[in-house]
Amino acid sequence: MTEEKVGVYICHCGNNIAGTIDVEAVSEWAATLPHVAVARDYRFMCSSLGQELVEQDIKELGLTRVVVAACSPHMHEPTFRKACERAGLNPYLMEMANIREHASWVHQHDKEAATEKAKALISGAVKRALELSPLEPSRVPIQEATLVVGGGIAGITTALEIADAGHPVYLVEREPSIGGHMAQLDKTFPTLDCSSCILTPKMFDTGNHPNITLLSYSEVEEVSGYVGNFTVRVRKKARKVNTDLCTGCGECWSRCPAKVVDTVYEAGLGYRTAIYRPFPQAVPKYPVIDVENCIYFQKGTCKACEKFCPTGAIDFEQEDEILELEVGNIVLATGYDLFDARRIPQYGYGRLANVFTSLEFERMVNAAGPTGGKVVLRDGVTEPQSVAIIHCVGSRDKNYNPYCSATCCMAALKFGHLVKEKTDAEVYSFYIDVRAAFKDYEEFYNRVLEEGVHFVRGRVAEVTDAARQPGEEGKLIVQVEDTLIGKQRRIPVDMVILMAAMEPRADAEEIAHLFGVGCSAAGFFTERHPKLDPIATMSDGIFIAGACQGPKDIPATVGQGAAAAARVLTLISQGEVEIEPVRAIIDEERCSGCRICNNLCPYGAIDYIEDPGVSRVNPALCKGCGTCVAACPSQVITGQHFTFESIMSQIEGLLYDVSNGHETYAEPAPLETA
Amino acid sequence: MSQPNGTYAFYPGCSMGVSARAYDQSFRRVAEVLGLEFQDVDDWNCCGATEYFTLNRLPAYSLVARNLSLAAGMGKEDLVAACSACYLNLHKTDSYMGKYPDLNEKVNRALAAGGLHYDPGTLRVRHLLDVLVEDIGYEAIGEHVTQPLKGLRVAPYYGCLVVRPESNYDPEYPTHLDDLMRALGATVVDFPLKTHCCGGHMTQISEETAYELLRRLLANAAEYNADVIVTVCPMCQLNLDAYQSEVNRVFGTDYHIPILFFTQLIGLAFGVAAEDLGFGAEIVPADEALKKIGQEEAPKPRTPRRRDKKALPMPPPLS
Ligand SMILES: Cc1cc2nc3c(=O)[nH]c(=O)nc-3n(C[C@H](O)[C@H](O)[C@H](O)COP(=O)(O)OP(=O)(O)OC[C@H]3O[C@@H](n4cnc5c(N)ncnc54)[C@H](O)[C@@H]3O)c2cc1C
Repeated sequence: MTEEKVGVYICHCGNNIAGTIDVEAVSEWAATLPHVAVARDYRFMCSSLGQELVEQDIKELGLTRVVVAACSPHMHEPTFRKACERAGLNPYLMEMANIREHASWVHQHDKEAATEKAKALISGAVKRALELSPLEPSRVPIQEATLVVGGGIAGITTALEIADAGHPVYLVEREPSIGGHMAQLDKTFPTLDCSSCILTPKMFDTGNHPNITLLSYSEVEEVSGYVGNFTVRVRKKARKVNTDLCTGCGECWSRCPAKVVDTVYEAGLGYRTAIYRPFPQAVPKYPVIDVENCIYFQKGTCKACEKFCPTGAIDFEQEDEILELEVGNIVLATGYDLFDARRIPQYGYGRLANVFTSLEFERMVNAAGPTGGKVVLRDGVTEPQSVAIIHCVGSRDKNYNPYCSATCCMAALKFGHLVKEKTDAEVYSFYIDVRAAFKDYEEFYNRVLEEGVHFVRGRVAEVTDAARQPGEEGKLIVQVEDTLIGKQRRIPVDMVILMAAMEPRADAEEIAHLFGVGCSAAGFFTERHPKLDPIATMSDGIFIAGACQGPKDIPATVGQGAAAAARVLTLISQGEVEIEPVRAIIDEERCSGCRICNNLCPYGAIDYIEDPGVSRVNPALCKGCGTCVAACPSQVITGQHFTFESIMSQIEGLLYDVSNGHETYAEPAPLETA
Repeated sequence: MSQPNGTYAFYPGCSMGVSARAYDQSFRRVAEVLGLEFQDVDDWNCCGATEYFTLNRLPAYSLVARNLSLAAGMGKEDLVAACSACYLNLHKTDSYMGKYPDLNEKVNRALAAGGLHYDPGTLRVRHLLDVLVEDIGYEAIGEHVTQPLKGLRVAPYYGCLVVRPESNYDPEYPTHLDDLMRALGATVVDFPLKTHCCGGHMTQISEETAYELLRRLLANAAEYNADVIVTVCPMCQLNLDAYQSEVNRVFGTDYHIPILFFTQLIGLAFGVAAEDLGFGAEIVPADEALKKIGQEEAPKPRTPRRRDKKALPMPPPLS
């Protein structure tokens, strides 16, 4: 074996590392380690000058291994791998020691210990680097088609962008129609353009685009594969309507005798029939039968829809269909749920008739909604003389969600304006802070202020119908501490609107699990990087867009939807993807064919080959997790880049004794091979 | 059940033997039926109520800690109080001694003078309502019901102390007493003021303040057509019951709402005789209201319930 030459590079990361760790001392010490040819410290190793330093040393000093002691490899492993590659060194011979997250940040109070820990981490990294082998990534072709999950404005935007670029898209939507929450809204802040006027053309284009296969009333059941080559199983729920025959004429739902409160599209404020199309502009235009509420399905008789359908399109026997799709990339755009305001009982939603949620109110002011756009109390006729709008219901509240739900202040301003426009009512808006941060938003706030909406600063304590003073009888009383005047106030009103928070979908965690992406503590899907990559996820080839990533309004949603499309198009145009060589390989000569590893592999990446009776790893499916390596009774599976030798050496290095500078570990017993 | 043998240390407090004899009597009968054993703390002293803590805190904590120390000597896990103020003071003292080492040290120095000691956290301080709901449960209680309280409209009054500042229940709008009353077959009315203050000892200091607070509670219960207000605290019961006629006089109202302890209603539903449950001690008589028990819910006015075509649907209650 030729003498290995290791270069060690210690990053100051400005003050992030150097403020706690004595980087010069660590650098001097590292230079004395066996095989280390050079050790340097530098202010920002990730800068181009820092990278050039590494490249120069590889070329001039003939380094054969590189150790970078800096931040998490999540952050900059690709950066330094590329630097090595540019200088002609195999990128898999570079090792990172994380002395920022693992040392300087967590031991700020104890500089000495942090410095010694950094040494231990570097010692481990150097030992491990010496055991690394050069590896070559493999390349596989990418499937051109993309799966978009969720047909709200986010998913619609992504699907149209990709389809317009000439590539096929499958758009899977759970509900009978695409449109999402935007389809429920009346006007949109801050310009007050009509939501369906700007959404409907996009929905139409989506439904009619030659490159988009719209799978509405469908859900993804299983996902396997990897970037470039996913296999997805989709359940297309039975509409009980033959869409080849249906013309969407509406004869069926106008004859349906079953009335059901519509908790989805009408947000509980209106009714629909059992066979229904959620709204007139629905895409696709076909109705579905809600089997649970259909009189025929529940009681065995009725069939009114079938009798009156002029084209014979009703099909009670229709079954769910299962489709298998091959796609290269996936975009999740599953949106949000509204916080269930009944969870805050002191605000009275569900108890006090004239307390409404924000989405109920959207439906109420919508000309196509249950009241024809009239602002009325729950009795359906009385116009309110006074309306309270309560901000931050279920958000900015440690009892429910600590985060700011971002869109509700603006929606509350919009509501204030709409109530003023449609009625003579006095409007009180109860806020903690009015957050109107983006383009033209503050201006809208000023406009609503001038229109005479009363803003009261304070979190509402309760909404009650228990009258206490004259003038309160028959009213809803909003009890609040007005923090600007420092007084408790009781404001009697006729109607209360609760600005409920945007929450992760109730099934967000299951969906995250299905697609192998993460969820934040709040439950929104986790992006790869909160600043530099809010669109990708930790799973290659899976992107997120819209409110499923965090509360956001339509402009931000559309921006992210288009960005996700751009990321997918980049991959498609590359034509193939690189597969990390960090994976397991089986020494087939010594494999006994026991197949223990086959079932243990969480990715289904190991197949048994009948002839010659051995197991084999599919490199494209393997994620290099190491389960099979640990399980193999004959120890003939190697985790590339994480070999037994490299791990043991790293542990030896980590056990470097910080107190006296000696290595304290015992020599490991030689590995017994079968 | 948290107590394997169903036995608890019990702190009676000053009211139970005096103004709240009905509470004491009924709770002990109910405990018998449920097979629970409550052992009184021997030689207990007053909890200091609400006043002492505002006057002189260290002696107040020490006074309460003395009870904790005596109770801890009984070898039980849970110390139960039936009075909300006693419960709060015991709970608070135990919790603050655990949170503030300095207070713990001083209080224990005071206790040491009497040869006592208390380590915070030794006991779990609980209210009787919590014991019945958590350890026995609605279902098991329901199984003992022989005389369901059918037709009785109950306003569940928690008062301000049982759910604050720390509890396992929603502090703004708790529902466990509601559910317990439902398990007895009663009709529970919405009672928006269920956790509002009864005035406490304000009746002695500022009648005006106290009467207004009491008026609100009575008005609210009357508005929802409650037959009785059910309480979990001797103070709440006394105020609403004893001062009801005063409230009527001052405000020109005419309320006659009996104020009962929740254990009295449990006892009735269990089939225990009313005289064994302390009935008759209340000032606003309960007989009229109790006559309703056993009747089905009063029939609704028979105007055909045609839904107003224009009315909008209401969200169903949270399941
Ligand atoms: C009361 C209120 C008023 C608002 N007003 C405005 C406004 O005036 N202006 C503005 O800019 N923003 C407004 N917003 C915000 C706006 O609603 C969102 O920004 C926008 O709807 C987010 O779009 P989305 O596509 O990410 O999510 P969504 O609209 O929630 O769409 C997600 C779609 O995915 C589908 N889906 C979910 N899960 C699955 C699954 N597992 N499989 C298949 N499909 C699935 C859903 O059925 C839905 O169609 C308002 C929000 C509220 C609550």
